[in-house]
Amino acid sequence: MTIPTVSTVLDDQDPNVPEIIRGTGHLPEMRVDPISLFTRVREECGDLGRFRLADKDVVMVTGAEANEAFFRAPDDVLDQAAAYPFMTPIFGKGVVFDASPEERQQMLKNQALRGDMMRGHAQTIEAEIRRMIAGWGEEGEIDLLDFFAELTIYTTSACLVGKPFREELDSSFAQYYHELEHGTDAIAYVDPYADIESFRMRDAARERLVALVQAIVDKRVARAKANGGSVPREERDLLDVLISIDMDTDTITGVFISMMFAGHHTSSGTASWAMIELLRHPEVMDDVVTELDELYADGSEVSFQALRSIPVLEATLKETLRLHPPLIILMRLVREDFELLGETIPAGTLLAASPRVSNRIEADFPKAESFDPSRYIDPRQEDMQNRWTWIPFGAGKHRCVGNAFAMMQMKAIFSVILRDYTFEAAQPLESYADDFTKMVIQLEQPCKVRYRRRSR
Amino acid sequence: MRLTADPGLCQGHQECLAEAPDLFDFDADGDHVVVRVPEPSQEQLPSARAAVKYCPAFALSLED
Repeated sequence: MTIPTVSTVLDDQDPNVPEIIRGTGHLPEMRVDPISLFTRVREECGDLGRFRLADKDVVMVTGAEANEAFFRAPDDVLDQAAAYPFMTPIFGKGVVFDASPEERQQMLKNQALRGDMMRGHAQTIEAEIRRMIAGWGEEGEIDLLDFFAELTIYTTSACLVGKPFREELDSSFAQYYHELEHGTDAIAYVDPYADIESFRMRDAARERLVALVQAIVDKRVARAKANGGSVPREERDLLDVLISIDMDTDTITGVFISMMFAGHHTSSGTASWAMIELLRHPEVMDDVVTELDELYADGSEVSFQALRSIPVLEATLKETLRLHPPLIILMRLVREDFELLGETIPAGTLLAASPRVSNRIEADFPKAESFDPSRYIDPRQEDMQNRWTWIPFGAGKHRCVGNAFAMMQMKAIFSVILRDYTFEAAQPLESYADDFTKMVIQLEQPCKVRYRRRSR
Repeated sequence: MRLTADPGLCQGHQECLAEAPDLFDFDADGDHVVVRVPEPSQEQLPSARAAVKYCPAFALSLED
């Protein structure tokens, strides 16, 4: 048996294809319309299908059985770090892309994402949202990408790096960070340092971030000096720790970029799409607002409730994640020949699983294209029932360790903004769309909504 | 109903110990959850369900 190869719809020698990626198989298509490519792989080839990215053979898996094998494979067989060449220039050399499952578990035990840290994070996040909307007034307009990308810079930096560091940031950090994310062009599969516009922008943005962090480092060092060589314990955050071990600013910046990366564009995009889906489905919006009004009628704190069950809002967020997973493709490099559904996948192959395609398998999610939060209400529980195909957070040992944090953050955001404001689309509802031309997917601008203070 | 945990999936968040402290233990050496009560009583079922639902690693199951 052999694994079938997906059809080619975009000629890789077409004159419109940038010269640097001519002759690279499906790379030109993945760079402009990855959804169509990944969807076709399943339609034409089934659970295992093949495509080509330059000199790499990619086998994309879908369906519960193949996905389970993919997600359960140990790291020495399927290597995650080596599969994302577009990330190295973003984090910088010497900063690891991803920790091993053991290191991740250690991080969970000791650090910011531990369950008992969540209460403090919930308070921090609530305060950050209130700061962002403090100047909103009675009514106005926001761009969803600008708004949520900035908010999630503040929440991720405050919760993961530390509040003193966050206090040094303003919207310019968010702007450069966004430009950095925009530098994830799939051309990186040929050369992550190619001399092209999006990589030049990426490298310039990273330099500006390093300069911002350098200014903060200089202040810290000066303050420590004035203080007799050290920063008071209660004012210390991770930055002081990294300075104290003599890490250079470029590496420190890389560490912060990598810490914030997994939680930034993902949360920002999910909040935006949840808002868009709520505007597209007014009956769901009504249910969510009613649920929140009842929940907070007794004056309880957002930071308290966001850690507890809010069933209708949670179902809305899960359905948003199913239809709009922030990562549409997850990759691993095969290190040792790998047996999968009776096929041997040779070492050197890239193996991929697609949340975007798996989350829409009709057999697992009836009427898969329609937005239906009731999927998650007992007894359907389509997320739990399909734990290897409902994969907006991935699955297995590499399943997003930040998912409880992310859900809490989303619940806090919508608790605050939907209790104080009503929203309406400021452009045709079908015009909101993602920009898929980079590996980090972001909303296409404009993506504006109007708000008006609720009369209560 | 039978409550099971997959140690191969557990990431050590320990959310289940917050949701249902009487049903689970944590194996600190192996770094994964241990089910203490494989057959929860009628009274324990709601907290067992909550633990399964809010496990960030999808490592718990409750089946007939």
